[in-house]
Amino acid sequence: MTLLNSLRQQPDAQGHFGDYGGRYVAETLMPLILELEREYRAAKADPAFKAEFDGLMTHYVGRPSPLYYAERLTETIRESAAPGMGAKVYLKREELNHTGAHKINNCIGQILLARRMGRTRIIAETGAGSHGVATATVCARFGLKCVVYMGAKDVERQQPNVFRMKLLGAEVIPVTSGAQTLKDALNEALRDWVANVDDTFYLIGTVAGPHPYPELVRDFQSVIGTEARSQMLEAEGKLPDLLVAAVGGGSNAIGLFHAFLDDPEVAMLGIEAAGHGLDKAHAASINGGTPGVLHGNRTYLLQDDDGQITEAHSISAGLDYPGIGPEHAWLHDIGRVTYGSVTDQEALDAFTHLTRVEGIIPALECAHALAAVPAKAREMTRDQIILVNLSGRGDKDMATVAASLGVTI
Amino acid sequence: MSRIGLTFASTSAEGRAALICFVTGGDPSPEATPAILDALVENGADLIELGLPFTDPMADGPAIQLANLRALAAGANTAKLLDIARDFRARHPDVPLVLMGYANTMLRRGAERFAEQAAEAGADGVICVDIPAEQDGVLGPALRAQDIAFIRLATPTTDAARLPAVLEGAGGFLYYVSVAGITGQQQAQQASIEDAVVRLKAATHLPIAVGFGVRTPDQAAAIGKVADGVVVGSAIIDAIAKAAAAGEDPAAAAGQVVAGLAAALRNTEKVPA
Repeated sequence: MTLLNSLRQQPDAQGHFGDYGGRYVAETLMPLILELEREYRAAKADPAFKAEFDGLMTHYVGRPSPLYYAERLTETIRESAAPGMGAKVYLKREELNHTGAHKINNCIGQILLARRMGRTRIIAETGAGSHGVATATVCARFGLKCVVYMGAKDVERQQPNVFRMKLLGAEVIPVTSGAQTLKDALNEALRDWVANVDDTFYLIGTVAGPHPYPELVRDFQSVIGTEARSQMLEAEGKLPDLLVAAVGGGSNAIGLFHAFLDDPEVAMLGIEAAGHGLDKAHAASINGGTPGVLHGNRTYLLQDDDGQITEAHSISAGLDYPGIGPEHAWLHDIGRVTYGSVTDQEALDAFTHLTRVEGIIPALECAHALAAVPAKAREMTRDQIILVNLSGRGDKDMATVAASLGVTI
Repeated sequence: MSRIGLTFASTSAEGRAALICFVTGGDPSPEATPAILDALVENGADLIELGLPFTDPMADGPAIQLANLRALAAGANTAKLLDIARDFRARHPDVPLVLMGYANTMLRRGAERFAEQAAEAGADGVICVDIPAEQDGVLGPALRAQDIAFIRLATPTTDAARLPAVLEGAGGFLYYVSVAGITGQQQAQQASIEDAVVRLKAATHLPIAVGFGVRTPDQAAAIGKVADGVVVGSAIIDAIAKAAAAGEDPAAAAGQVVAGLAAALRNTEKVPA
């Protein structure tokens, strides 16, 4: 059934979410993304595709991921809240997935598409390395060649993930152009794709890039919210009052939000990386950027008056990107989702706090979401519920966190 | 007839292909660009493609990526490039000038304003790498309203079913990207170029220019036998970079490369299609 006023029917046939999205690619790639779109439509309608996807999600990824009531986190928030105030905080435990983050959901979907299309070589970009590891993992599982582009600066700060990718058989190519982070890795992956159109599938890691990527990545990630919605109904008999997720490109956030978009009683908060502060170096495209065109889609970007892209900064390599997925840009403009921001320091504090009170070490990406929770929870009553997407585990961030805390390991 | 049309009519009457030269505007500095453009024309370029620098030139190879970064580091921006174009037009009233670049810098000021400013600066055409036919609406109507040709690219992946869509709204000439890849890398097989030009000629009356990976006079001459125009970029940019790094005159270095290409094309008679 199609809902007339549904917010879950985007994008349009040309890949537009309102004024955002689209297909801004070189002509060489146009026939490829049109073919991908056709194959994706066919796969979506194919029960065998869905059965294989669901089977791998259950037995390989380990889904469903738990919905966990963070009791001690909730208690610590209530200690500083007014009487009767302090919402219950639940975590969607995506960090318990195989490979330790939500990224694997999308990789399973896209690798099945690549196989369906007869592609034998997989390329990917990665920031923190979570998507690179997930891509290398599914390539190992299906015996496909894997090349991962990673900014040289990210290679430096995410050594454990680089080693994991290599162990899994992937070739990791450090990208030395530009700021040497995720944006530049994306440029280089696009250059590879345009030169290897016959055998290569570009496995994009977030809800950005040319249509149909923002749509298909969202669809594969929307399992997060679909599960969480029914788990919450089972646990509490009602929907959560507020969803919170970190947003870089925005795949974990849209994955959680999408199933709830037509539930008007559920508020949503996306958290961008404010880096050193919104008036300094940051990675908050909506809070500190303007609309433009980059990497195949129109969306909010960090750019100057001439349209030159400015360098993003975040302590979290996975959020260190000067753009955001086009569906988020649209959800911001129509006011369905609120987008806030959290600094490096606030994220570090939240990282440490969750580790100490729940015994869960979060990735620095979702530590941004956690940092926004206490203030919101204190404004809400005790019978209200906040659901946070704990999108990844923090093992990969040990070196970064140790350095920030002044510890040598 | 437009300057682009007149130029192709004239080279065609001479029985040869037009030489189209690309340089990244503002490389090695905005101050150096006017003399470089003059050197291209004086040494035989028939049409100039002036690259608008962008931080993220994802369709370009290392030579043009570095040229973009050098230009931006030297203070180049779209406004300065439009000034350079305007001054070029005053010095060379008859040489067609095409602005080439990426969507974000063109759309940043608004499509209408960009088109007005480009027209006012005397530009004859625009090539935008990342606005395919499907996204024509964001820039094409604004350009056509100013009589600026929106020059489209066709590639080895552009099949017969798709070609009509690519040609819809196209103007000036059709730029055939001879290899699936980035600028300045490997060269396509001559046979595949010849096949493609024949195929494209059958679908459009626009002149066909061939580029990507064309570096030497011999390569240019071979392509000039079948195509209406030959585009050379990275080879000129490499010469500019080398000269600038050695403290020599980049305009003279660019001119020398262009002279060799121009002589080769003038000695090559086009094979009538």
